Amino acid sequence: MLVPIVAKPGSTLSYETGSWRTEVKPKFLHKNCIACGLCYLVCPEGCITGEGKNTFTADYRYCKGCGLCAYVCPKKDIVMVPEEEKLKE
Amino acid sequence: MRAIMEGSEAVAWTIRACRVGAISAYPITPQTRIVEFLSTFVANGDLKAQFVNVESEHSAASFVLGASATGVRAYSATSSQGFLLMAEVLFNIAGLRLPLVITVANRSVSAPINIWNDHQDSVTLRDAGWIQFYGESIQEVCDLHIQGYRISEDPKVLLPVMVCMDGYILTHGREIVEIPEPEEVDKFLPPYKPVHVLDVDNPVSMGLLAGPESYMETRYAIHKTMEEVLEIIPQVADEFEKVFGRRSGGLIESYKTEDAERVIVGKGSMMGTVKEVVDQLRAEGEKVGAVKVITHRPFPAQVLYQTLKEVKEIAVVEKSISLGCWSPLFTEIKALFQGKKENPSISGFVIGLGGRDVTTKDIRKIFLDWKGKVAEGEFINLRLPQENKGGK
Repeated sequence: MLVPIVAKPGSTLSYETGSWRTEVKPKFLHKNCIACGLCYLVCPEGCITGEGKNTFTADYRYCKGCGLCAYVCPKKDIVMVPEEEKLKE
Repeated sequence: MRAIMEGSEAVAWTIRACRVGAISAYPITPQTRIVEFLSTFVANGDLKAQFVNVESEHSAASFVLGASATGVRAYSATSSQGFLLMAEVLFNIAGLRLPLVITVANRSVSAPINIWNDHQDSVTLRDAGWIQFYGESIQEVCDLHIQGYRISEDPKVLLPVMVCMDGYILTHGREIVEIPEPEEVDKFLPPYKPVHVLDVDNPVSMGLLAGPESYMETRYAIHKTMEEVLEIIPQVADEFEKVFGRRSGGLIESYKTEDAERVIVGKGSMMGTVKEVVDQLRAEGEKVGAVKVITHRPFPAQVLYQTLKEVKEIAVVEKSISLGCWSPLFTEIKALFQGKKENPSISGFVIGLGGRDVTTKDIRKIFLDWKGKVAEGEFINLRLPQENKGGK
């Protein structure tokens, strides 16, 4: 007799941590970005992607709104805006 | 091949014939020579297997757990302290429903340190969900490994098997043995086809968390499978006899019990001595017999009841004891007869701990001196120092 003891593995991709965001979210201005990559490096969710100047952006399904990217950006090209503000894309 | 061979070597040749693919090795007396012979076969290219020297028995068991989970027929061997060191992994292997065969070269447990034979190591893990076989001779032990893989890998079973082999007596003794070639074993043991397998292309998770809402059912599943295994073991032994032409394994072997008034029940190599004494006493007119328990888990309750119910006096003689209580097989047989209409006298004897020799004299004493008397865990051939001589 066997009962199910083996299962298909899960993945953290199925947990959309963006739903935990409350007050603010990062807005990427795409004006003075120098593509230093610090925002990508510092993000605790690893949800920032970009290749080249003014292309960096967050995946808002996973962004928890911690503000570290805005804090480290040397060009102040990321600002934390209210959650309600509509962003491009 | 037919040869006079040391038990360890015979087991190694048998494992080779079973086309095992992964072997983990950690030395402990008296099992070491089994894996030493296997390492020679692998080094010489006579056995295509991954042979890994691991850092402890806990790792040895973990290695074969992983190997079996990836769909490779695996093997390891151990004794005593090493067996107990791998105890939690052994529970895991059964709980994960992974097929496996290991050899337990039965040796007593420390402290004090003793490297000689008794059954305390393997009986300590009789609750783990493993199928437990005890062989009487080197030939039977070898054959039990072959039958073991066949039973273990059966998709209706998927439970690991330990073949218990008396340390030194069988591991280092020599017998004329018949070791089949791999091609002959192929006729009886097909290649391992796993039901669940770890595969990077089709990932699954094994060894999940099961809370109070689901754990109990997994234990019931093993328990139910053990019932089914009671049917499968005799069938496999019958088929083994058809293919190889000799009788080995099964649930029990009954020897001259048909009209026996008094029967000794026991396990392992000492049953050879018991059968010898049965023959002697029969020649002297005594109606005695013997029952060798080959499968201790699952516990062959039905067949033991049917075999023993007409017997007047039963003596269960064991090389182990649950300190502070009785010996396991004695307890189980007493429980078996509880509430039954037959009411044989059931006595329990402890013998041969730490490798103390089991002699025909000891067995004669049990058969003859205990007529009409009941023992409840009587230590045979105890040699207490003079000042401490007390009790019976």
